[in-house]
Amino acid sequence: MTALLPLSLLGGLLGLDVVCFPQMMISRPIVGATLAGAFVGDAATGMLVGATLELIALATLPFGASRYPEWGSAGVVGGAIAATLHMEPAGTITLGVLAALTTAWIGGWTLVKLRQWNAWLAGRQRGALEHGSRGAVVGLQLVGLTSDLARAMLLTAIAYAAMFPVARATVALWSFDLVLSRAVTVGAASAVAAAAAWTIFHSARGARWYFAGGLVIGLLLLSFR
Amino acid sequence: MTAPAARGYPAPDPTPHVSALTWVSVFVRMLAIQGAWNYETLLGNGVGFSLEPVLRRLPGGVHTDAFKAAMIRESAYFNAHPYLAAVAVGALARAELSGVPPERIERFRTAICGPLGSVGDRLVWAGWLPLSSLVALIAFGLGAGPLAVVLTFLVLYNAGHFGLRIWGLYVGWTRGLAVASALANPVLRNGPAYIARAAATVAGIAIPLAASRVVGSDGFTLAGALVAGAVIAVGLVRVHGRIEGWKLVLILIAVFALVSVAR
Repeated sequence: MTALLPLSLLGGLLGLDVVCFPQMMISRPIVGATLAGAFVGDAATGMLVGATLELIALATLPFGASRYPEWGSAGVVGGAIAATLHMEPAGTITLGVLAALTTAWIGGWTLVKLRQWNAWLAGRQRGALEHGSRGAVVGLQLVGLTSDLARAMLLTAIAYAAMFPVARATVALWSFDLVLSRAVTVGAASAVAAAAAWTIFHSARGARWYFAGGLVIGLLLLSFR
Repeated sequence: MTAPAARGYPAPDPTPHVSALTWVSVFVRMLAIQGAWNYETLLGNGVGFSLEPVLRRLPGGVHTDAFKAAMIRESAYFNAHPYLAAVAVGALARAELSGVPPERIERFRTAICGPLGSVGDRLVWAGWLPLSSLVALIAFGLGAGPLAVVLTFLVLYNAGHFGLRIWGLYVGWTRGLAVASALANPVLRNGPAYIARAAATVAGIAIPLAASRVVGSDGFTLAGALVAGAVIAVGLVRVHGRIEGWKLVLILIAVFALVSVAR
């Protein structure tokens, strides 16, 4: 729990990246979960959670006003929980992914609330905006950015503080072995990734054959290992 | 045609010049263009925020009616892909400093939203982003370490990201309100289809490799996971839109965890 403050700062920065600043995609789970793992001393476990989440995140495209999971804070929470519990490996990746998905769901809801908050603030400043006040324009932008940072920090702190004790208690009672636990988790994630690949790319001519060709290459690479 | 000069101030320059420092300021502000995103004006406030350093160069500075009118115009409703909004920001900067009549600027703002949104969504959100993710997942599947995986993704993705923003600002500024023709650039027009084919290939390689690294060396269990994954994927495609994949995974994993603890 000593990691709560640095993790909430990390979650805040990565949550800010999702929509507001700078959208460099440091908020993608493969980055966020790996960084969070590194923060608590096990980047490799964080990366395992991040890669699994990345397969799932392929299906969520951040189109404009649509509501989508907030992966920035979520990756931090999931990666940190799994990396902290890495001494008992069976179930840790599964629980990290579960915690991240729960956080991403709540995070998506908080983003909607943030947009409503921004609209309310803009409404309050309408008079100044209609008079061309640069202070109002700049102020709204800065308050929006600060609100998003605070939102993501708070979300990360609450999610980690609430879910870490549950995950620790759950992993102590975990009965499936490591390989099965990971296979179920990554199998489900792979399903989402494959469905996303079809949904996103099928309109390109010959995409199914390109995918099939890639699959053959991937399976050949696996067989050579 | 240019707008008349404000009383007591020099006429707008039809070939305006903006300092490098101002462009840096505009570029950094564009990174935060969605900072006050809301359901009423969408990107509008962000466009005004990004353009503000350029608008300060209007004749007479920030206390004139011309500056205030420009701030009102540029902070009104606007919608576009956040990266390609750079095209509009560059074009609007030139139009405002050149004294283009307000009604032409407003017509341009309205007309450019749709193309910048749809091209950006197809090129970036449904193209470059998943492609970069999948390449990083291949690096992960082939055994790369945490730093290499993270850098593979960030360097590849942001080469496209920053390249697009810089190109957008440049082409917008150099072409002004005639910038729409730049959207017929072959990269923007045909790029999404090429990227989609490349991403489809990379997806086929990345999924089994990434799954293998997470599961470990047990080939039988991995095969079972991939076959089960393929069956679920077919189901997800068939019910397309009626259930989101990530929510299904959340439910499946939650049930699995409950069974693991309860049995």
